[in-house]
Amino acid sequence: MKIKLEKISKSFNSEQIVLSDVNLDDDIQTLAIIGPSGGGKSTLLRIVGGLLYPDAGQLLIDDKLVTFNEKELLQYRKELGFVFQNGGLFFHLTALENITVPLVKVHHYTQKEADKLAIELLTRFGLKDDMYKRPAELSGGQQQRVAIVRAVAAKPKMILLDEPTSALDPEYTNEVLDTINELKKEGMSFIIVTHEIGFARQGCEKVAFLKDGKLMEYGLSEEVFTNPKTKELQQFLSKLLEWN
Amino acid sequence: MSNPFLIKKDEKPSVAKIMFNIVLVALIIYLIFYFSLKVLGIVLDFSFVIVMRTRIFDGFIMTIIISILSLIISLAIGIVIAMGKGSSLLVFRYFSNAYVQFIRGTPLIMQIYLFYYIVGTAWGISNRILAGVVILSIFEGAYIAEIIRGSLLSLDQKQIEAARAVGFNKKQIIKIVILPQMMARTLPALTGQFASIIKDSSLLSLIAVIELMQTFREITAGNYNFFGGYIFLGCLYLILTLPISYISSRLEKSFAYEN
Repeated sequence: MKIKLEKISKSFNSEQIVLSDVNLDDDIQTLAIIGPSGGGKSTLLRIVGGLLYPDAGQLLIDDKLVTFNEKELLQYRKELGFVFQNGGLFFHLTALENITVPLVKVHHYTQKEADKLAIELLTRFGLKDDMYKRPAELSGGQQQRVAIVRAVAAKPKMILLDEPTSALDPEYTNEVLDTINELKKEGMSFIIVTHEIGFARQGCEKVAFLKDGKLMEYGLSEEVFTNPKTKELQQFLSKLLEWN
Repeated sequence: MSNPFLIKKDEKPSVAKIMFNIVLVALIIYLIFYFSLKVLGIVLDFSFVIVMRTRIFDGFIMTIIISILSLIISLAIGIVIAMGKGSSLLVFRYFSNAYVQFIRGTPLIMQIYLFYYIVGTAWGISNRILAGVVILSIFEGAYIAEIIRGSLLSLDQKQIEAARAVGFNKKQIIKIVILPQMMARTLPALTGQFASIIKDSSLLSLIAVIELMQTFREITAGNYNFFGGYIFLGCLYLILTLPISYISSRLEKSFAYEN
């Protein structure tokens, strides 16, 4: 998917600047957004996903300008899939319903089609036995995998993942990353905000490093990680690798 | 054999232990009443129940009717006031705040007298039952508003963001996500409030609404059988409130999926 960001800026409460002048123009298959907390990663992801409005700047997807009004965004968001850090599943619905309800209500599947597709996907990702459980009855890793299944069920152009493993115990992190990797092999495009540097490096084609609301570095993962140009990224990486 | 009076933390008491202690509690209650009555030289007598059964039945039904009507009206008031408390229209917001503060800060008995003059005399609602229902609803509405407000505030913003993310429009977000989740949070508390309404409705006897309490005031004023009368009256209220408490705690359990 071609993504073009032109001078995207965003501040909260008209004081705290979260993003300033972010520019990017590329055809993205898989992208990791990395950087220290509070650097604007999640905000950028939400703007790209049409969940937040930028204060200034433009977003073009496949050369088409995204208009930031609720009516158009509603349409725009339907073509994307989202996975959040945690709490993204509707906790009053079962795993199965979490997937089928949006298919029926948003994508106009019949209940039968939705059930069939959802069960197929849940089976494939080893979640069939848990499909009648509500999120609270699932492990953190299972919840995130269900959330990923929900995000891909309607065959979106791209999925956006906001720190999908940050709230997980370490033993669940890999099962979630494996799931994402499997989808990647099938050609699913995604943007992931992550602290899993290993996954950003090996699992993602491109990487963007965001700090203090600025896009400091961008490029092929292999190049950016092998040869970080800015002092900020060098520091960030050395801190992360301290115990590795 | 373990100590029959105590349980350890996380221990499930055996049936024998449960029965033993229940019998013990019953015995204690019985003894308290027995000695109190003995000091006064009174013999418990429930024979009036047969004679007065029609009046008692009517009073019982009246209490149920008043409580159900009040529940419905106070629910409507509660929803409006709960929205008012979060309204950007300041007049509406301040009025809602003042209403809740006043109702929760003053005794029901005072409100009944006050509102009976406003609702009954000034607004011309001469039907005492209707006036009683309105007064009780005004009172309970403030508490229900707080219940609804609380559950509105506790709605998880992440759930709403997720709802937008999957592509739900505003109507769908309310219908598919917000309302069911609010129901789960308010229903147990609302059921509990219904038990309060039933008990509070007894105060309407002050304006001579012939509900259960007033029926027994009249009966005991005639036969001077206060002990028998009020013990029986208490049992009748328990017949109404115990099942409701039970339902409330069951609802709480069945909606406990959030944690």
